[in-house]
Amino acid sequence: MSPSPTPRAPQRKTRTDGFPKGMGDSPRYRMRKILDRLFQIVSALAAIVVISPLLLIFVFLLSSGGSSLTWDFLTQLPKPVGETGGGMANAVVGSCILVAVATAIGAPIGVLGGVCLCEYGGPRLRAAIRFTADVLNAVPSIIWGIVVYSWVVLRMKTFSGLAGGLALSFIMIPLILRTTEDVVRLVPPAYREAGLALGIRRSQVILHIVLATARRGVVTGVLLAAARVAGETAPLLFTAFGNRVWASRLDEPMAALPLQIFAYAISPYPDWHRQAWAGALVLLALVFLMNAVVRILSKGKTR
Amino acid sequence: MKGRHADRFPNEPFRASAALRNASFAPGWILDKGFGIVAVAMGISVFVLAGLLGWELYRGAEKAISRYGMAFLTGSQWDPVAGRFGALPFLYGTFLSSAIALLLAFPLSVATALFLTELAPVWLRRPVLGLIDIMAAVPSVVWGLWAMFEMVPWLRQSAFPFLQKAFHWLPFFQGPIYGVSLLAGALVIAIMITPIITSLAIEILRSVPPTLREAAWALGATRWEVIQVAVLPYGRSALVGAGVLGLGRALGETMAVTMVIGNRPEILLSLFAPGYTLASVLVNEFAEATSEEHLSALFAIGLTLVAVTLIVNFFARLLIHNVPFFFSPRPLPLQPIETKQ
Repeated sequence: MSPSPTPRAPQRKTRTDGFPKGMGDSPRYRMRKILDRLFQIVSALAAIVVISPLLLIFVFLLSSGGSSLTWDFLTQLPKPVGETGGGMANAVVGSCILVAVATAIGAPIGVLGGVCLCEYGGPRLRAAIRFTADVLNAVPSIIWGIVVYSWVVLRMKTFSGLAGGLALSFIMIPLILRTTEDVVRLVPPAYREAGLALGIRRSQVILHIVLATARRGVVTGVLLAAARVAGETAPLLFTAFGNRVWASRLDEPMAALPLQIFAYAISPYPDWHRQAWAGALVLLALVFLMNAVVRILSKGKTR
Repeated sequence: MKGRHADRFPNEPFRASAALRNASFAPGWILDKGFGIVAVAMGISVFVLAGLLGWELYRGAEKAISRYGMAFLTGSQWDPVAGRFGALPFLYGTFLSSAIALLLAFPLSVATALFLTELAPVWLRRPVLGLIDIMAAVPSVVWGLWAMFEMVPWLRQSAFPFLQKAFHWLPFFQGPIYGVSLLAGALVIAIMITPIITSLAIEILRSVPPTLREAAWALGATRWEVIQVAVLPYGRSALVGAGVLGLGRALGETMAVTMVIGNRPEILLSLFAPGYTLASVLVNEFAEATSEEHLSALFAIGLTLVAVTLIVNFFARLLIHNVPFFFSPRPLPLQPIETKQ
């Protein structure tokens, strides 16, 4: 070890990034910085990739469906095969009826079931109900179609709007049950106790205090479930079946927007394709409208 | 009491007075008990629903079950005209398309979730989250429509030929290109399950205790290292659970897949070849099944689909809810930071 003849002046680099001196020279530190930057870029790119189909679908529907979305489309019945023009008025109305029927059946059962999960029953019953509801939520929607087909359609010997509404309500029940449970659980127990201490009956406490407090959340849950089933096609294929004219009664086959879109999409006629795009635009608008209402409703809640 | 209520529900007046007012009209205990009984009955209705589901499917499938037994699942021929029914092509198509979809969707979803919880500027997070929620609300048939008229032609003209040129030595990318194919179905499924997995993953990442992150920051970790040592190990099993839950959704996707997968009940190695899934065979053949055997076989397909999705969901729930159980502490991959050379 021989000392160098002239003492070296200490090399000093001016650093501006606030990191300890010396780190910037280490290849490993540089590697870490590069990795960090790389990760940022990759994850931002991933977010862009994830969002892009949504933007693509908007552009597609607006550019190709927008021009077919006329007043006639919303007010007229489908024309017979081969004639151009006509609309989907019956399907729009049919969808609304089906969702209304489903909500009328599903909402009371779901909400009361959710109340039962919080207010009545022992812990084992509750756990069992919760588990079963989760299981039912996981069942693919087409299964409800074939279940209702063999339960109702085969017995009534006809496809019907009622069967369609029933199939949709079967999807809604476990959904509403779980969301209702979640919001009812948020109501502080002290409220119930206060009511009970005043001598109010349990059912009245639940109706006037618990559900009144959680009202907004319950309505949100029901609307979300309705928005979800409004777009369902699979459970309606073998229940409501679709109809090219007005269905005046619930025991007749009934048209629905998703069904009509599907039928037109797989048809060979370009005019029907255009109508399917316009129909998809209407369906999307309906679903988003319901979601927007939910968002407005839940905005002022709790947070 | 008043203060606490006002804190939690700023827009709701406390209702006890209203309840008391109504309570004076409260009918007798019979109605009260009646309400309780009805509520419990509605809770129990989910058992009825589950029973109905199982019973109707089993009743419908009875003939096929007694004729084929377990061989139904391994039979590779589906020929309604000849009366031969085996579910293997559909199982193959369902699992392969869902697995590819998950392979594509899972890393993207987790990366997006990390971006939205750890990296993105705060003003950007809310709008992007809103878009992802909107994406989850788009109906299946609308995705299918778009995929049919936009995605499949693009795949046929540009993406698939490119893939074939690049990977022609792999058996998965050989054969003629039709556009409608197993891979197209997988892509649509991936698009549809991405928002679901992403929002689950965001929830999981948000539940990671901030102290873990702060500890890693304090040790001088970079952003990526914080995620690597603190965030991901903690949420690992729950994230896997979210992925498996996405798989459960993928297996049950129906309409969009039916519109682009090509619907041919054959087991082919090429991903460019048309495939078929359990759900789409129900869509296509259920209404047209004329023979009793055919209908019964379709019910058996439905039963298989339910069984498959339920098993997958069961595992997902196990993974998501038992985070501490599956989370085993392991040595941190971070090494001491060099301070001098």
